[in-house]
Amino acid sequence: MLTVFLQFLFSGLTVGAVYALVAIGFNITYNATSIINLAQGEFVVIGGLMMWFFSESLKLPFFVSVALTIITAGIVGLLMERLTIKPLKNADLLLMIMITIAVSIVLRGILMLSFGKEPYVYPAFTEGEPVNVYGAIIQQQALWVIGITGFCIVVLFLFFKKTMMGKAMLACAVNPTAAKLVGINVSQMVMFSFVLSAIVGAIGGMAITPISLMEYDKGPMLAVKGFCAAIMGGLGSNRGAVLGGFLIGVLESMTAGYIHSGSKDAVALVILLLILFLKPSGLFVSKTMLQLRKF
Amino acid sequence: MKRASGKFFVVSVAVLSVCLLCVNAFAKEPYKIGALLAVTGPASFLGEPEKNTALMLQDQINKTGGINGHPLEIIIEDTKSDETSAVLSAKKLLENDKVLAIIGPSTTGESMALVPIMNNAKTPLVSCAAGAPITQPANERYWIFKTPQYDTSAVEAIYGYMKKQGISKVGIITISTGFGDAGKKALQSIAPKYGMTIVAEEKYGPKDSDMTTQLTKIKVSGAQAVINWSVGPGQVIVTKNWYALRMGIPLYQSHGWGSKKNIELAGKAAEGVIAPLGRLVVWDKLSDKNPQKALLKKYTQDYEARYKSEPGTFGGHAYDSIMMLVDALKKVGPDKKKIRDYMETKIKNWPGTGGIFNMSKNDHCGLDKNAFEMVVVKNGDWSLLK
Amino acid sequence: MKKEDFLSLLVLIFLVVLLPAISGNTYTLTVGIFSGINALVAIGLCILMGYAGQVSLGQAGFYGIGAYISSVLSLHAGFPVVISIICGMIVAAFAAVILAVPALRLKGHYLAVATLGFGEIIYIILNEWGPGGPSGFGDIPHFGFLGYAIDSTKGYFYLIWGIVAIVMFFSINLIQSRTGRALRAIHDSELACNAMGLNVAGIKIKVFILSAVYASLAGSLYAHYVTFISPSSFSLFYSILVLMMVIVGGMTNLWGAIVGAVVITVLPELLRKFEELDVLVYGLILTLSLLFFRKGLVPILIDRIKKLRGFAVAKH
Repeated sequence: MLTVFLQFLFSGLTVGAVYALVAIGFNITYNATSIINLAQGEFVVIGGLMMWFFSESLKLPFFVSVALTIITAGIVGLLMERLTIKPLKNADLLLMIMITIAVSIVLRGILMLSFGKEPYVYPAFTEGEPVNVYGAIIQQQALWVIGITGFCIVVLFLFFKKTMMGKAMLACAVNPTAAKLVGINVSQMVMFSFVLSAIVGAIGGMAITPISLMEYDKGPMLAVKGFCAAIMGGLGSNRGAVLGGFLIGVLESMTAGYIHSGSKDAVALVILLLILFLKPSGLFVSKTMLQLRKF
Repeated sequence: MKRASGKFFVVSVAVLSVCLLCVNAFAKEPYKIGALLAVTGPASFLGEPEKNTALMLQDQINKTGGINGHPLEIIIEDTKSDETSAVLSAKKLLENDKVLAIIGPSTTGESMALVPIMNNAKTPLVSCAAGAPITQPANERYWIFKTPQYDTSAVEAIYGYMKKQGISKVGIITISTGFGDAGKKALQSIAPKYGMTIVAEEKYGPKDSDMTTQLTKIKVSGAQAVINWSVGPGQVIVTKNWYALRMGIPLYQSHGWGSKKNIELAGKAAEGVIAPLGRLVVWDKLSDKNPQKALLKKYTQDYEARYKSEPGTFGGHAYDSIMMLVDALKKVGPDKKKIRDYMETKIKNWPGTGGIFNMSKNDHCGLDKNAFEMVVVKNGDWSLLK
Repeated sequence: MKKEDFLSLLVLIFLVVLLPAISGNTYTLTVGIFSGINALVAIGLCILMGYAGQVSLGQAGFYGIGAYISSVLSLHAGFPVVISIICGMIVAAFAAVILAVPALRLKGHYLAVATLGFGEIIYIILNEWGPGGPSGFGDIPHFGFLGYAIDSTKGYFYLIWGIVAIVMFFSINLIQSRTGRALRAIHDSELACNAMGLNVAGIKIKVFILSAVYASLAGSLYAHYVTFISPSSFSLFYSILVLMMVIVGGMTNLWGAIVGAVVITVLPELLRKFEELDVLVYGLILTLSLLFFRKGLVPILIDRIKKLRGFAVAKH
């Protein structure tokens, strides 16, 4: 029985790691701008598909492909911010969120026209037998996904807590005017947050493609799950995002395993609603902190 | 001088009349057929090869003189895999383009949404979707036909083969869309006939990334085989998870598995996967006596030459739909009622990509389980099972 | 009712009567029918967003409840269609209360996710346990009233736009009533309203119910018109589509909902000739219209007209 339980748990953690990465991507833009960038799922898709393009189609070495994929995603994030978010400054937040949806439609269109509609895959980062823990198996690539998620969290934590730039980015969201007054270049920070979130998304995409394949229209599902994870943990809190992501992943897997696989998404959502109704600011954000934010 | 001008006169008359004949050949009014295909949206893996097939056939037919001299015009509308959009597209084709008949839509839901419209408009529809309710009950589906095999036929082919292998307990895992749902219902309803017990029933979403949990449940349920019923990336992920789990029981896929691309994506995990496939994907392994072989070969080779990819089972559905209509147009001309009657009464022993069609008043599909071959993946290629 | 609204309503009725007369084309009318159905949902969401300041990503849930309840009751229980539709609206209203009471403690993104979660749960329920499952079901009876069944496209066009006009009339009156003034006050400052003794929560819940009932009505009409439904028509994508209609039309004006619904429904039809590029072109047009018409089409149009008038007056 332990074997079965562990198997469900590993499956949940693998899926949850991806949700967590998407949720962190949301947090980065949210922390700098209060915008939820619903094109975040498309960044993940870009990561997977561009990695395929560089490593399988152009047959470039692994690390070159990774670097090029990250650069491509960064450029997409940069263009998106400069072309659609910057011109809208001071506009209604809802409008900004709608424009991220419009951008996601455009990105999906471009991806569909350039990659077609079929799924893509490339070999796992390390080939070999799955790891066996008490009879339950975990694919090597799943360990990579979880490891990379952990790595991103640590790097981002250090970035926001220890570097001047990270702190400046946080300041922009809480109070842009005050941030400007103390000499922070708010516009640059916003731009940088989009680049950073695109990169985090793309890293997630690169890591999961060998497990889950990647096709042009996987983005919206990832965005919705990531959004739920970010909200469950409390928007803006990366600790919350990680916990939210893993919680949703494990909940889905356990429901599928012990209750009914047809209702796994529903059960995860019901629990999300319950958490919100009991603690309207998410698990890791206090009410006062939420009141500081405009949205 | 006089003779020269006489010659000139004769030549010019000849040239002129040839020209006129040519013009006449193409001045005949085109026959318009509508094609409602899910070119974009979640079902685009169906609509894409169907659209390519339609374009290819249109060119081929028009290059060889059209239908009795009438050029064929196929007007393709994208239904975006969405029922509302399918309704709108159908109205456009019927009302603005005045088409003689419509092929498609690609999915069962979209086809069902069009049933009342086509019956009202008294225009034949040849659906490219598999769902049984599209053509049943036959008396309420007077104008509706379909070319894909019934899901139940695919299930019978699987169960029949399993019985021979001594398998009686199966675990099923299906995608939570119309395709998987239809498969699940067919698997459940046919099971008693073959003495099968379904010991586990699992599901997953069309964009899920890991099905290890569901497969683990099947593993501990004591099933002797897994049947996965889905299309799209899900069937590859299930295959990979099945392989990673070393489940020790065989994996059967639905007829949606019929694309080399799936073997490529699943890699070595695909070895040993069994599926009931239409003969289109295994045409090169058929004996020369098979009545379908010649057309399967021509269609596949033409398609691959033009699009650098394989048509797969789904492109074949569009091929059958269009060619049936072309046959009907050839024989009875542009008359909707006569086309319908021809489809119902004259499509007998008609070899298509999906099988040998035998339409009748009570069966507007005309295929049975003999449309399928059981195929196993061996060394990265299809291999027929006997 | 203000003079402009009254005139606009007259223009709307005039257009509705005129369109089938000049174009008997059922394709055009069908586009009109779907625009009208979408407009009903959009009007509800517009009141909720533009006037009560609450965002919802779950309208597809109410739309689906309406479609399914009314179809099942009329098909299997033999209820008259009108009664089934009303039953659908009642169920949607109850669902709205269940969602709204806890959800209205949330704000912004949190409210968006709560409503999104609600919509997705309804979708999963329909997909998993709804009649027909993911494949959906057909043979839903046509709309009928006192023995007269409507089954022509023209009939549905008049029916649906007639209902849109009535709903619009009712909604305009509502937002200009005491409740409407209270709504606008809530939008501006909830704190102040609470201090003035307004029952803020009560009013918000009422608006939530209203938007749910409109969506449910629209869903029922959709089901009885198409006569086939499956869960895929009631997914999150529909909620986002309606949100897009309200934003494009302009959420500060109820007429924006109708204009937005028509624009968003007609646009893909106009883009048919782009074939596969249509997704891209559609996205680009949306992006550009959001960038350049930030307030929404109707409020911008009103500004233009006001400016022109001011110009004319100045000239005098």
